[in-house]
Amino acid sequence: MNLNVNSVDSLVAEIQGLSGSSQDVNHLNNLLKQSEDIIRSQPTTFATCITQLDPSLHSLGYLYILEACTAGPIPEPQANELVLSVVRFIDVCSAEQIRLVPDKFISVCKRLHEQVMVLGAPIRAVAPLLTAIRKIQPSSEHLTPLHPDFLQVCVSSKCYKIGYSILEDDIYEVDQPRDFFLYCYYGGMICIGQKRFAKALELFHNVVTAPMSAMNAIAVEAYKKYILVSLIHLRQFSATFPKYTSAVAQRNLKNFSQPYIELANSYSTGNISELEAFVLANQDKFENGNNLGLVKQVVSSMYKRNIQRLTQTYLTLSLQDIANTAQISTAKEAEMHVLEMIEDGEIYATINQKDGMVRFLEDPEEYKTCEMIEHIDSSIQRIMKLSKKLTTMDESMAMDPLYLSKVGRERQRFDFDDFDGVPQKFNL
Amino acid sequence: METEEEASGQMTDEIYTNGGEDEPLQQQQQRRPIISGEQLDIEAYAALYTGRTKISRLIFIADKCGNVSMQLEALRMAYDEIKKGENTQLFREVVHKIDGRLGPNYSADSSWMDAVDRRADQRKEKLENELNAYRTNLIKESIRMGYNDFGDFYYSHGALGDAFKNYVRTRDYCTTAKHIIHMCLNAILVSIEMGQFAHVTSYVSKAEQNKNDLDPITIAKLQCAAGLAHLEAKKYKHAARKAKVIDNINFRNFLELVPEVRELIHDFYSSHYASCLDYLGNLKANLMLDIHLHDHLEILYTEIRNKALIQYTHPFVSVDLNMMANAFKTTVVGLQKELEALITDNQIQARIDSHNKILYARHADQRKATFQRVLQTGVEFDRDVRAMLLRANLIKHEFNLKASRKI
Repeated sequence: MNLNVNSVDSLVAEIQGLSGSSQDVNHLNNLLKQSEDIIRSQPTTFATCITQLDPSLHSLGYLYILEACTAGPIPEPQANELVLSVVRFIDVCSAEQIRLVPDKFISVCKRLHEQVMVLGAPIRAVAPLLTAIRKIQPSSEHLTPLHPDFLQVCVSSKCYKIGYSILEDDIYEVDQPRDFFLYCYYGGMICIGQKRFAKALELFHNVVTAPMSAMNAIAVEAYKKYILVSLIHLRQFSATFPKYTSAVAQRNLKNFSQPYIELANSYSTGNISELEAFVLANQDKFENGNNLGLVKQVVSSMYKRNIQRLTQTYLTLSLQDIANTAQISTAKEAEMHVLEMIEDGEIYATINQKDGMVRFLEDPEEYKTCEMIEHIDSSIQRIMKLSKKLTTMDESMAMDPLYLSKVGRERQRFDFDDFDGVPQKFNL
Repeated sequence: METEEEASGQMTDEIYTNGGEDEPLQQQQQRRPIISGEQLDIEAYAALYTGRTKISRLIFIADKCGNVSMQLEALRMAYDEIKKGENTQLFREVVHKIDGRLGPNYSADSSWMDAVDRRADQRKEKLENELNAYRTNLIKESIRMGYNDFGDFYYSHGALGDAFKNYVRTRDYCTTAKHIIHMCLNAILVSIEMGQFAHVTSYVSKAEQNKNDLDPITIAKLQCAAGLAHLEAKKYKHAARKAKVIDNINFRNFLELVPEVRELIHDFYSSHYASCLDYLGNLKANLMLDIHLHDHLEILYTEIRNKALIQYTHPFVSVDLNMMANAFKTTVVGLQKELEALITDNQIQARIDSHNKILYARHADQRKATFQRVLQTGVEFDRDVRAMLLRANLIKHEFNLKASRKI
């Protein structure tokens, strides 16, 4: 016991002493790896001496101890305390030090996620997880395993706006397909909450068309939401998959989403009473899928679709006529829909309440303001950057030894008679 | 040689009577009542046609008119007509349709049928013998005539498929362009009756290859047949163009004889749409009884109406809907609905001011549209490239994973 106390004390002393230069920290990391078993064996002892460490200075050591303390089951009364200390650690820790042991950091963060859910206060993890992502991310193009956790607590706590902020980063580097699937799925839900349907559609589309060798539940749920958002946003749904979609997805997704496909078919007829009857008949199915809210938005988007069509044909139209043609029950309701659409920038119109007339206008954008030019310019810049990225990627792929050896093997196999045979020693 | 000429002359006549619009002038005199707006006079109508087409038109009217006295009248005339010929199969059909309603004079006359059938068998035997004799002698011209006779024989007995086969068989024995045209005309005639309009088109083009030997009447006949074929295939534009070519020569004269149609076309071109549509409406009931037109009438009518609407709006920047509704003899509300459909269909570029009841032409702003398209394309490119990069990374990851597992 005594020896243990000594070693605890000496370990703490080492941590305090070796948290300066990066060389020292690397050395400390090796030491800590060797004594990991000791730390794990007596988490309570270490928990008491953690107070002697400063999380901002001794982040690495602090992280080792914290991870050990949170590894076991945590009794509920201590949960609150634990959440507090993890949050504080995430907030002040040194990014440089924790990046030496990303696995430990991630597991601590995942414990935080778990505990706030136990406490029923997901909102407490929103800000810390965002900080955590930023600290552990090598660049904003990298997807971390914390992305899905962060987005999930955002969805649970309805913090869509802050969740959306992270979705604005373009992600290219993915380590775990599962993380990516979840990222897109929760991200899509956040976009729906923010009414950014185009982005939501893009994210769900990414899941549906992602390369996969076996079906997974995330893809199925994403596909259902993809159908609904497509109807809400584009007012139509095309059931054909792009040709790069994996064969598994093409074969199976539709079977798993039958009521949703039927909903889309019913939508395309343009008959609102039929659509409403269908939704009513299948209400429990949609409710079980937690999609009833979206389905209701689909129904109301049908009204909007009908109204939008009118803008193509009419300059002025009375609210009553709008109600009649768009199959809306009262003029008052029609007015509400029109107003909503004007506010959302979907149509350009003015309502004259005196005589109940709506005047549809043309898009007022003239494409000659400085802002518009800037916007176009920035789009061009962005696209140029993207093309460059594409070229770079293509080049790096062409020089990738693994890829070349695979291609070389296949060429040998298939083009056996070819005279310009691939050099035998293609494996670089 | 003489017999051959005769045969072709006879056939020509039959084709005349079958076609709708290319009757010789003396017959056109009698055509007038058909196109008038009054209740169809079957007697006068039937008098215009002879042979098989008369019978089939009469039966068609009996099937479609839905008026018992008219139906019986048509059937009675069909019965009389069939008795002049030798088609016992058709005879049974008509007798079944009459179902004893016209008294004992119009029942199944079995002795007549037997006699005809017997005669037919004899004739068939004779023809077979003749043909065999020709074939052993290997005289091309005679073989051709033999097959031709067989075709005529089957045709008159209503065995259209066999008739067609025999007519087509003559092809191998045709020595002059005239023969080929003759063969094509026969084939076309039978195909029209069978409703095989794909054959019609192919034989028309075959016949038209022999340009030099075609006299104007034959050309008209061919084009008329092609017009019919196109009509069946719902290619109305082609059908109309073909019809116009026929009309060219005698178009004016021809119109003088059918005043209603003349008025109608005149009104259409001078924009008196209401009276034009009135004429059309009057003609509708009788045109419905036309064997070739009835399937297409509804579509053609809507298209004519739409065309008129489009033409009316075309020259104006703004159109008063009240005046337009007057011109088309309809209500403003109804007109608005029709215009709405046409605008949605992008057939009219305009927007309706339903408050002031005015239709304004809409001129697409090219500049704006271009900007919109450019931005849209940019957004799509951006999205697609990012998705592509991501997919590439996922594949790479999966591949690396597999590779590392293997090692």
